[in-house]
Amino acid sequence: MDDSGNRAPGSRIGTEEVAKVAALARLRLGDDELERFTHQLADILDHAADIEALDLDGVEPMAHPVRVVNVLRDDTPGEPLDRAEVLAQAPAAEDGQFRVPPVLGEAP
Amino acid sequence: MTVERALADVPLASASATASEVRSGSRSAADVLEERLERIGADEERVHAFNLVTADGARAQAAAVDALVASGDDPGPLAGVPVAVKDNLCTRGVATTCSSRILAGWEPPYDATVVSRLQRAGAVLVGKTNLDEFAMGSSTEHSATGPTRNPHDLSRVPGGSSGGSAAAVAAGFAPLALGSDTGGSIRQPAALCGVVGVKPTYGLVSRLGLVAFGSSLDQVGPFATTVADAALLCEVIGGHDPGDSTSLPQEFPSVVEHLDDGVDGLRVGLVTEMMGEGIAEDVAARVRVAAEALAAAGATVEEVSVPAVSFGLSAYYLVAPAEASSNLARYDGVRYGVRVDAPTAGEMMEATRTAGFGDEVKRRIMLGTYALSAGYYDAFYGKALRVRTLIRADFDAAYERFDVLLSPTSPTTAFAFGDKTADPLQMYLNDVCTIPTNLAGHPAASVPFGVGADGLPVGVQVMAPALGEVAMFRVAAVLEASAGAS
Repeated sequence: MDDSGNRAPGSRIGTEEVAKVAALARLRLGDDELERFTHQLADILDHAADIEALDLDGVEPMAHPVRVVNVLRDDTPGEPLDRAEVLAQAPAAEDGQFRVPPVLGEAP
Repeated sequence: MTVERALADVPLASASATASEVRSGSRSAADVLEERLERIGADEERVHAFNLVTADGARAQAAAVDALVASGDDPGPLAGVPVAVKDNLCTRGVATTCSSRILAGWEPPYDATVVSRLQRAGAVLVGKTNLDEFAMGSSTEHSATGPTRNPHDLSRVPGGSSGGSAAAVAAGFAPLALGSDTGGSIRQPAALCGVVGVKPTYGLVSRLGLVAFGSSLDQVGPFATTVADAALLCEVIGGHDPGDSTSLPQEFPSVVEHLDDGVDGLRVGLVTEMMGEGIAEDVAARVRVAAEALAAAGATVEEVSVPAVSFGLSAYYLVAPAEASSNLARYDGVRYGVRVDAPTAGEMMEATRTAGFGDEVKRRIMLGTYALSAGYYDAFYGKALRVRTLIRADFDAAYERFDVLLSPTSPTTAFAFGDKTADPLQMYLNDVCTIPTNLAGHPAASVPFGVGADGLPVGVQVMAPALGEVAMFRVAAVLEASAGAS
């Protein structure tokens, strides 16, 4: 990412980065929102500066409190969700499937 | 202005007492329910604890309980007990909105495991309670259905994110409620509303059907008016669930049978880092009185430093948003909830998410996306995970010397509406005492312990190591017994 654009002096994040992150997260921001969110996110990241300064070499990351891996079960059929009940909750469905607007042909 | 709280004037029966009466046939589940529906009818308009009151469904469930009793069958340990359920727990065929526009009208095709277990125990679902959207917040102000008000003072927030559940129990709408706790979302509203709230050890209660926020942090737990009721509800909802791959392969510890064991010989540590800067003096004073009460009851009480908890807030507000940004990617207008139409799938998804999510959810999704993005992953998310290890290590060291740790639940009593909504960081600081236990995966309870200078409830937090629920509940029970006297 561009490290220079539109940041307040000393701030960790600027409007260009927030706009890029919003696009990645499929959110559209108005100009006012972009300014406001940038200011708020910068405040939060400034608070996180206390851990940026920590020397954590040799400390293992902890992604999860429970060290359970590869939970296996017997390969027996269970009761699936009712397809009609599931599709009834979809915004659009057709022929037993979810229906969406065209995927092909859109801008990348 | 406060609600004229019949809770104080005419105390309603505890969940445990109600279940006993219904099981013995001395009182009908229908009668129990109508009493609570009457309370809801009188005060709910002012409190707004519920997104939905399921009066008809509840009447049918109560009638089924009464039919079982009449035929000589035992409906279970929560026979006829009305329970309010946070609106981020799936209820089959009953709207589950997470207080978000994006899930308006969604009726899940299955029940959360905890909801099934409630029903199997004979409980009656009275409604779905309000929350900060997708459980992100500390005041229930970030709700698409409007804020819940604190029954002790309608000009104050109830805390959050499970503010509706806390307020429902405090207002007497139900003797029990379920909430979820990712960084304090059960304990902090319990403290602010003057009720008992418990976050169990990570993995002891199934997350199947709990709408995911921070999957390595989320845990379902009870609200109650008494410690004994909270313990009973933990035993009903807890224990292994094959449908949750992070569920521990064991039952919930037997806590009810140890509630009267006292604290003689238990070692209690008062956490230095949670008693100083940022904690209101009147709140800290109540925690010191609580520590003295435990000492008087036979516990040994000392101060203990747990240095890494000071970094908990920073680590949490990178880890939780990172997990949220991933979990909330599923709301794309395809499979459930609301869709905003657009010519292409990509535009439809963006339009749907832009219109469907509120500001706090957008803020956290963007923060998490940023923390996980190339170039920042190591500096933010990677570091936060290493801090998590430090926090657990410092807790482990403290728990070599102490059975439980004590602190305030919340740095202040209930604050006024709008006080913190403009400054997210100030809102986040509410969770400074509760977050470390989520990062470690440990259990903690909030127990009401008198009032602060403004006359509003103060909660004392009892923390314990993983699977330390028995000691935690023993301490909670003694605090409850001494709260009135000191």
